[in-house]
Amino acid sequence: MPDDAGLQYSATEIMTIEAARRLKNGMVCFVGIGMPSAAANLARLTHAPEVVLIYESGTIGAKPDVLPLSIGDGELAEHADTVVSIPEIFRYWLQGGRVDVGFLGAAQVDRFGNINTTVIGNDYAHPKVRLPGAGGAPEIASNAKETWIVIKQTKRSFVPKLDFLTSVGHLTGGDSRAKSGARGKGPTAVITDLGVMAPDPVTRELTLVALHPGITVERVREATGWELKVADELGRTAAPDAKELATLRDLQARTARAHGSLANE
Amino acid sequence: MTTPIIPLAEAVGRFVKDGQTIAMEGFTHLIPFAAGHEVIRQRRKDLTLVRMTPDIIYDQLIGMGCAAGLVFSWGGNPGVGSIHRFRDAIENGWPRPLAIQEHSHADMAGRYQAGASGLPFSVLRGYVGSDLPKHNPNIRTIACPFTGERLAATPALNPDVAIIHAQRADREGNVLIEGIVGIQKEAVLAARAAIATVEEIVDDLAAPMNACLLPHWVLSAVCPVPNGAHPSYAHGYYGRDNAFCKAWDGISREREGFTEWMEKHVLGTKDHAQFLRSAGIAVPERAGAAHA
Repeated sequence: MPDDAGLQYSATEIMTIEAARRLKNGMVCFVGIGMPSAAANLARLTHAPEVVLIYESGTIGAKPDVLPLSIGDGELAEHADTVVSIPEIFRYWLQGGRVDVGFLGAAQVDRFGNINTTVIGNDYAHPKVRLPGAGGAPEIASNAKETWIVIKQTKRSFVPKLDFLTSVGHLTGGDSRAKSGARGKGPTAVITDLGVMAPDPVTRELTLVALHPGITVERVREATGWELKVADELGRTAAPDAKELATLRDLQARTARAHGSLANE
Repeated sequence: MTTPIIPLAEAVGRFVKDGQTIAMEGFTHLIPFAAGHEVIRQRRKDLTLVRMTPDIIYDQLIGMGCAAGLVFSWGGNPGVGSIHRFRDAIENGWPRPLAIQEHSHADMAGRYQAGASGLPFSVLRGYVGSDLPKHNPNIRTIACPFTGERLAATPALNPDVAIIHAQRADREGNVLIEGIVGIQKEAVLAARAAIATVEEIVDDLAAPMNACLLPHWVLSAVCPVPNGAHPSYAHGYYGRDNAFCKAWDGISREREGFTEWMEKHVLGTKDHAQFLRSAGIAVPERAGAAHA
């Protein structure tokens, strides 16, 4: 999709770039693998050079030159400020309240930003599809000061009811999260390939607040499994600029060279 | 007293028994693949396998019918996708049903810590709002005796045997782990017996003062197995074999192809060196490897 300056970019690129823009310089970010990791490193390589990236493998202040394939690639340890054990990363650094933002992916998300990464199908004992499971997400979601979710938007991923609630968002809306004992603000943004959703200040239901260039409200609604609320003042995401695109593509190209064909899949 | 430095086959034969709870740990780094293969080769069965991140080696153990249960927090082939034998066991009960006990990473880490500390349970600020406690009776709630705050509690993990891989050991059997150290120290200290495979045995570990070092007297056996973590990596020795991890997706997708591959390359070989040759694996060298 061309923008005003005629730059061509993909839906995944605008999603990654828009997610990266939210990360402020100096923030402490607990990073999930995949799209969150791409966005966090793009931020570090553009406007937020002093962002502190923490991966659950115990790497604090990671500065990978290429994107890691796994959450524990040597690349993360190589340039980190320090490498600590798994109990330490989850106890002192996450439950200790030192994480500004948790950056998560998901298989399914519901209207309150709750996440499923466990099973598809509503019988846990006999799932249609067994997903990898929780990993670090339940405690990231309930201990980080806020969380952002990066996910491609389709009717299969934006569901009216999760098959399994793995990691907490705004639970059943309203003040239910605050009452549950979860700390932090919960999901403050869900960034997709179509736009950005944020929780309503009162009901906590995800509301479409911005559209990516060339995307219509209609298109987002078609990709959402519930009647999506739309903000009165709907914003428009800025198209990627030349520096953002070039930095992201360089990063992806370096990654592909380092990992072989895996990185492109 | 020093720890016996013995061949891997002897260590597995001596310490790993049918029906035991076995933890082979490694958080995407230093995964004890060679040891896992040896457990398969010796046809151990009815094991309860414990691992934060079951990946290819647990896929192999599960698909070969070694496991009756799995205690875990994330199962997949990192950077590639699903592990098919694990899925087949859970979704279809093949080759046998797998009783799963599912946690989060923070909780698994805490359970090992409690086990290593001689405490009966672990406490964490976790699982808030999650469905996991509904399906795992070991995840319970406790009130803080001082503030009344509700917290999650889970029992200590004390495996019968912990198995890890590390870069090197000295001749007494002291073991040094470098890079991403994961949960290996806790797993070893929580277990009743522990086996460490290592890339090499050296005269002097030259360990920095604050290094992650396991003294020989907490280990039951140390086994030299070069490339023993392949296809995962050993920081300073060799890189991750991404091509193999990707190929595993195809090898393991169908039951027949999987079984054939395992019979030929794992059951049909006598040790790790033979396995690597049989499967046509050239371990990727790592740029700047200190001990290539």
